[in-house]
Amino acid sequence: MSLLQIKNLHVTVGGHEILKGIDLKLNPGEVHSIMGPNGSGKSTLAQVLARRQTYEVTQGEVLFNGKDLLAMKPEEAACEGLFMAFQYPVEIPGIGNTYFLRSALNAIRKYRGEDEMDAMDFLPMFREKLKLLEMDEKLLNRSVNEGFSGGEKKRNEILQMAVLQPKLAILDETDSGLDIDALRIVAKGVNGMRSPERAMLVVTHYQRLLNYIVPDYVHVLVDGRIVRSGGAELALELEEKGYSWTETEARQTPVSA
Amino acid sequence: MTTAIQNVQDYLENFTEFEKRATGRNLPWLRRLRDDAFARFCEVGFPTTHDEDWRFTNVSAIARTPFLLKEKGKIQLSKKDLAGGAIEGAPAQLVFVDGQFVRECSHFANLPRGVTIAGLKDQIANNPDAIEAYLGHYLDTRRDPFSALNTAFAEDGAYVHVPRGIVLDGPIHLLFVSTAADVPSMMHPRNLLVFDTETQGTVIEEYVSLGSGTVLCNSATELIAGESATVSHYMIEREHKEAFNISTLRIQQGRSANVTSHSLLLGGGLVRNNVHPVLAGEGGECLINGLFLGDGRQHLDNYMHVEHASPHCSSRQFYNGILDGHAHGVFHGRIVVHKDAQKTDAKQTNRNLLLSDDAQIDTKPQLEIYADDVKCTHGATIGQIEENALFYLRSRGIDEISARRLLLFAFASECLDRMQPGAARDHSERLIHEHLLSVANHLPGQSSHTQTERSWEEVG
Ligand SMILES: Nc1ncnc2c1ncn2[C@@H]1O[C@H](COP(=O)(O)OP(=O)(O)OP(=O)(O)O)[C@@H](O)[C@H]1O
Ligand SMILES: [Mg+2]
Repeated sequence: MSLLQIKNLHVTVGGHEILKGIDLKLNPGEVHSIMGPNGSGKSTLAQVLARRQTYEVTQGEVLFNGKDLLAMKPEEAACEGLFMAFQYPVEIPGIGNTYFLRSALNAIRKYRGEDEMDAMDFLPMFREKLKLLEMDEKLLNRSVNEGFSGGEKKRNEILQMAVLQPKLAILDETDSGLDIDALRIVAKGVNGMRSPERAMLVVTHYQRLLNYIVPDYVHVLVDGRIVRSGGAELALELEEKGYSWTETEARQTPVSA
Repeated sequence: MTTAIQNVQDYLENFTEFEKRATGRNLPWLRRLRDDAFARFCEVGFPTTHDEDWRFTNVSAIARTPFLLKEKGKIQLSKKDLAGGAIEGAPAQLVFVDGQFVRECSHFANLPRGVTIAGLKDQIANNPDAIEAYLGHYLDTRRDPFSALNTAFAEDGAYVHVPRGIVLDGPIHLLFVSTAADVPSMMHPRNLLVFDTETQGTVIEEYVSLGSGTVLCNSATELIAGESATVSHYMIEREHKEAFNISTLRIQQGRSANVTSHSLLLGGGLVRNNVHPVLAGEGGECLINGLFLGDGRQHLDNYMHVEHASPHCSSRQFYNGILDGHAHGVFHGRIVVHKDAQKTDAKQTNRNLLLSDDAQIDTKPQLEIYADDVKCTHGATIGQIEENALFYLRSRGIDEISARRLLLFAFASECLDRMQPGAARDHSERLIHEHLLSVANHLPGQSSHTQTERSWEEVG
């Protein structure tokens, strides 16, 4: 059974149709990449999958682990094992990083009928992940993302993923705004989590990230539709020819009935 | 401006009775103080919403109710009844039941030598000379009828005197307990807190109820902070929702004195919290910090009146409000800078979260500046819980109610962050936590639990 199956997904925001019929299938162990120009709907897809309610699904179906994902609340999707790394992580003054992440982990454990983790067990594990992502321990005591640099925020997303150990990770432009060193660290963190049970959907604008996280499949999203799918080599082709190449193609693609 | 008191006869009877038996009735200065205050109260009566200071708060429910002065001796409380009300790390706790000091439930042995702590009534009886120079010298009974009423009935409360140079380690906890009442009853606790030159200390006034019934708690505190004294004052209101609570904190600051006032309004039905510091000496600093959490039909009014009367003083006001249900909050921040108070630096910020469509906040700055070289700023915000932050938390597995509660607690912690670490802050934090657990347990649009509460708005 596939881990994620998206069938003919149509999504509207503020009266505008943004996603115009997406079909996508991810099996456990696979890494898929979605590439596309600005405004093509990449984040919309990511956020809908993470169950943000401001987007209206007008048509289609999404199965996650065989369950109806579109019927889930964001917290249910998370507890079922879905994780989305935000393109723009939110700053939340007044809530400590460590406290937040332990609450999240315990909410998920509780949902699965596992024991909650106390601070004594949590901290060593947390520290280890921090080291993996080469993050300063000082960030532990700060509020969630507050005063973090752009790069620190992105690393913090991957840190959260490393702690929460999702079945499906959706990374929304985790690479943008990272210098090459940070990119390597993030990629190392992500690659370390590749496993036969886990699938990843890596959303990116540039091919650069895919040098480090080599996907099994690449899909090109243009104007709310997947206009091309292929292997890792498609990313290189895109890099060479630019999105205008696929955009022309998008215009030629007949609208399916 | 104001209404005639509907129950002037009741107040007169109460007052006549009171004067016949009140401690200190034979002291001419005290008798004059009470008489003048009562006369003033009769003259002006209760305020109405036509009164600028009371524009957003309708006290006609108080004016209409025939309150009886609570008598001592009817209720016996044991230490056990009050067990939950202790603060760990407080070297002194004074317990007042229905406004009367109860020695058996109090303790204050662990204080430095020279510090005087007593029930005000005992102090009036035993050593009135020590308080004559302070009592009633600061409270504004001309402008505020509730202060006049309190002064007319001033008898018991707390008296604290910290002599020069003494530093108090933990907070002095004043716990005011109102008990069940079958008839509407009133009390007028009066506190006098005198901190001499170069002293340091913390006082917590906390108002709670045991049992139900209509009760008016109209308290007044005069806090005198001498030269270079550092004093923190906490006002914690958590009475039941039938309670009327009017409190006035009048702070007199000497040269280079540093005073912080923290208010935590969690309970009460109709609450008015007056904070009135006068920066009378050069170089004084005052921080006024507050948090009000309202739901149901609570009405929580914060009236600040910061008076800069000397040069080079700074004042900071930060009030955060969270309002749910049909609650109505008020923040009225008045700053008066006197002619000679050059180099004044005054700042005021009021931030509010409205959790329901029916919740309401009125926020009003009022700056009266008579000096020319001053810096005064004010700002207010009214918002909802941030959808972005809520989604972020939920997307990590935290359910909506918990996520909302976390965000509310984060908003409330801005106030906690302004408190010095220690027993008073820990106590405040625990109370806020417990309060949010019991209140923020529903999603918007759903009602929390059915409560029988009076509607202050409707009776107006
Ligand atoms: N809340 C919203 N209200 C109205 N329009 C929106 C909203 N969110 C997104 N859009 C529009 O939907 C389209 C797709 O946006 P989306 O963020 O999904 O694109 P993207 O592919 O992630 O772009 P980028 O590469 O810039 O991140 C854009 O035209 C955007 O303006
Ligand atoms: Mg995007």
